[in-house]
Amino acid sequence: MKSTILKTATSYLLPILLLFSVFILLRGHYHPGGGFVGGLIASIAFVLHGFTYGTENTLKLMRYHPAVLIPAGLALATLSMFAPVLLGLPVMTGLWIDEPIPVIGMVGSALFFDLGVYLVVIGVVLTILFTITQYNE
Amino acid sequence: MEILLVILMGLLYAAGIYMLFRRSMVKLLLGIMLLGNGANILIFLLGRITKGQPPVIDEAAKVFTDIYADPIPQALILTAIVIGFGIQSFAIVLLKRVYVLINSDDLDDLNTPEDEDI
Amino acid sequence: MLIAVLAGLIVSILFIPFGKFFRQQAAIAVSLLPISLFLYFLSYIPVIRSGLPVSFHYPWVPSMGINLDFHLDGLALLFSLLITGIGSLVFLYASSYLKGHPYLDRFYAYLSLFMASMLGLVLSDNILLLFIFWELTSISSFFLIGFNNDDPVSRKSALIALAVTGGGGLLLMAGLILMGHLSGSYSIQEMADNAERLKNHALYGLILLLVFAGAFTKSAQFPFHFWLPGAMKAPTPISAYLHSATMVKAGVYLLARFSPVLGGSDYWQYTLLIVGGVTMLYSAFHSIFRTDLKGILAYSTIAALGILVFLIGIGTPESLVAASVFILVHALYKASLFLTTGIIDHETGTRDVTKLAGLRHVMLPLAIGGLLAALSSAGLPLTFGFIGKDLIYEATLHSPGILRFVLTAVAVLTNIFLLYAGFLAGIKPFAGSLPQQFKGVHLPHGLLWIPPVLLSLLGVLFGCFPAWIGEVLLHPAAQSMTRLTTVAPLKIWHGFNLVLLLSGVTLALGALLYWVRKPSEQRLSALTRFNALSPEQLFRRLYRSIIKLSVWYTNTMHNGYLRVYLLRIVVFAILLLAFRLLTADGIVIDLGTVSPVSIYELVVGAILVGGLYLSVTTSSRLTAVAATSVVGYCICLMFVFYSAPDLAMTQFTIDTLTVVLFVLVLFRLPPFLNFANNSVKIRDGIIATLFGCIISLIGLLVLSEPIRTEVSNYYGDNAYVLAKGKNVVNVILVDFRGFDTMFEIVVLSIAAIGVYSLLKLRLRATEKE
Repeated sequence: MKSTILKTATSYLLPILLLFSVFILLRGHYHPGGGFVGGLIASIAFVLHGFTYGTENTLKLMRYHPAVLIPAGLALATLSMFAPVLLGLPVMTGLWIDEPIPVIGMVGSALFFDLGVYLVVIGVVLTILFTITQYNE
Repeated sequence: MEILLVILMGLLYAAGIYMLFRRSMVKLLLGIMLLGNGANILIFLLGRITKGQPPVIDEAAKVFTDIYADPIPQALILTAIVIGFGIQSFAIVLLKRVYVLINSDDLDDLNTPEDEDI
Repeated sequence: MLIAVLAGLIVSILFIPFGKFFRQQAAIAVSLLPISLFLYFLSYIPVIRSGLPVSFHYPWVPSMGINLDFHLDGLALLFSLLITGIGSLVFLYASSYLKGHPYLDRFYAYLSLFMASMLGLVLSDNILLLFIFWELTSISSFFLIGFNNDDPVSRKSALIALAVTGGGGLLLMAGLILMGHLSGSYSIQEMADNAERLKNHALYGLILLLVFAGAFTKSAQFPFHFWLPGAMKAPTPISAYLHSATMVKAGVYLLARFSPVLGGSDYWQYTLLIVGGVTMLYSAFHSIFRTDLKGILAYSTIAALGILVFLIGIGTPESLVAASVFILVHALYKASLFLTTGIIDHETGTRDVTKLAGLRHVMLPLAIGGLLAALSSAGLPLTFGFIGKDLIYEATLHSPGILRFVLTAVAVLTNIFLLYAGFLAGIKPFAGSLPQQFKGVHLPHGLLWIPPVLLSLLGVLFGCFPAWIGEVLLHPAAQSMTRLTTVAPLKIWHGFNLVLLLSGVTLALGALLYWVRKPSEQRLSALTRFNALSPEQLFRRLYRSIIKLSVWYTNTMHNGYLRVYLLRIVVFAILLLAFRLLTADGIVIDLGTVSPVSIYELVVGAILVGGLYLSVTTSSRLTAVAATSVVGYCICLMFVFYSAPDLAMTQFTIDTLTVVLFVLVLFRLPPFLNFANNSVKIRDGIIATLFGCIISLIGLLVLSEPIRTEVSNYYGDNAYVLAKGKNVVNVILVDFRGFDTMFEIVVLSIAAIGVYSLLKLRLRATEKE
């Protein structure tokens, strides 16, 4: 699409949307939001970029193929599931750092699990959409 | 208010079922989506509906002090929506692939009738 | 013992990786397996002779009463020796008979499997174990009959044999389970100890019926006999081994084994007498009309099986001794005749008895073997057959009342026909002058002709020393069927009595028949006119109509139209739900608790209905997609109204992405075609509306039910306390039900991989039409 307005808007929107998605992810434990929604918003940001500048450019911008995010996310989620086992606790016990960390807030194993979900969702959505776009071209 | 939701759910189901009976693959797919939406609302209704009280605990409190919407159906539906997306995208691509192969959207063109003697 | 039973199984599995090697190098080496087993079982003779059975116990599934319990007594030993002894000869014979056959490894694998299962069958004490081996013999027999798998007749025969014996096996299983359940034990020995409990039970008749069904189908008793002549499509060594000497005797074995458990009643006796009697007369009579050597042997085998059933039916100690003698007699001469037939077929290329003659000039040792076997089957003095026939007559003559005459007459008639059949198979091909076409025939390799001759010679040997073989093997065998009190040794000479007279009559009439009557094609075709009435034809008709039924069913129910399937499913669901709703007593819909409707909700609802209508009726693809997404957004707003912000956000983003996806894929596809006519649309519309109504009704019913909130309250109360989160939905997803979420993202990953591979996969030329 060759719309200057869209191009300009997108170049601002992409970082803003990504930031927003991270915000949604982090607040998920206390307010509406979470890994799924966050991941979906982030992927919409990239899809918008892809529509404006072409999929090739978006892939270039991402440097890695989004499919890489899928195993990464799965690994992160699995690790956070099994991390308590190392401390002799049952699988998926919530582990939390007692004091909140500035900006991020409370950090615990559930947050990493949610981060894994976030990554998988981005990976899945972008893989599907970009594969179709490339197939059409 | 519940009555409205019940009626809407019935309509979603009816429309979804009607679309499933069509020969076009795209309509079939839309039917599945409508049916999925209907099912989501059904699950939602099972937990009863509550206005303006999301299942989020107040900043100050540690437990709920007021009534709140049932979180379980919400968690279930959230899962269903995301999984539904996965299935839909796979189905759409499958449809595309079939279209490339047989150049038709007609489900009947997929038929390879079996031989009379087995 | 366990190893002895399982050895064949292990060997047959070993053929999978090493089959190729065996086929080329060492086919004959496999024969070491039955030979060593034969020697192993021979070593048990002294123990069994002393009257002490040997038991072996290996736990397997003790909780279900299935244990690897083996019990070696006289009967089991007799059968084990037959299985391994004749097995050894057949293994050796086949290595030459099927030399260079491309599937020789497969053949030996099936054969070893069969031998193992047959051994297991006769040695099992646990009836469930017995049943497993029983089925294994049916299955290995199926493979062996269909061994020439490129011949359609062969395949069909194999299927029929499997259908008949497998069907009987199913009934037998029911019978066995019933027996085990009612007697409280699955061990045959324990059952025999309190046999009265079964015999006096109300279900005794049913048990008998089921067990008989298994035994009669397996042992090819009338009216299930027809699979056995068909089974002669198997290579001849198989016919000799499975369909004459061992497997078909499994039914007889079962009856003999269950004699102490179930036998003794009138039902038992008369059923066996009638079925056995009809079978022996019917098939002995049929055998003299056949012109194919294997056909003759097949029918005379059925007759012999009939005799065995008949003898077990008489049930006196005498008759059971006669049965155990006749098992051995028949195995020896019939296997010999089969193997001889195999050689004749192999060397001359024909089995037509009307064409064969004079072969004694070219294969003398075989002619002697055939002659001896034929004489044994005829029951000439100094052959083992003589002893067998004598005992049969003695058993029938000692039965009470009028039965005595009927049974004896049946036995004599059968024996006359059998004598004729034996002569036809064992003497006719060798007698007379050699036709020109067989001049080039010569004696084959020793591996082929030695086994049948050996078997014939054994028949004569046992015939000359009957007392010895009787004591070491046959009396213990009879002992395990009944409790023998006094054992009369087997003798050749009983003095001048009625039995001898009957024997003489049989011989004379049989020889006369052979002298007068020559086999011919005309007589065979005269008999085939009655085929339409035969059980085989009835079975085939049944078989065909089942296939027709299933073709009809498949074509109507599985016609490949998705919408027809869906239509049926939905209509069925509607009927089921409507039935349930109508029969429920008093549907109460309580609308007292419903909340009022605000104007926003009404507007959103109206938009939703509009979108729905558009998506159903539009003829443009893009409009339909857009309308569906409008529906999605409306639902998203509903979620906002009803306190589900997480859902609203997710629905919104997913809906957006779905539209993008649809547009990406669909924008190049042509517009919808209007396939359906109006009446179809109206029908579908009515069904869909009905379904929607029922779902709405269910929704209303649910709303008026009291709700249980324990689980929700648990999550609500503990979300912060245990999981340090305040958004309960998110806490459920990532903590309480984290495993579900884990699997959900796995499913998503799979979907992505599926999409990726579907589109990146290149089409092969064959796929692109």
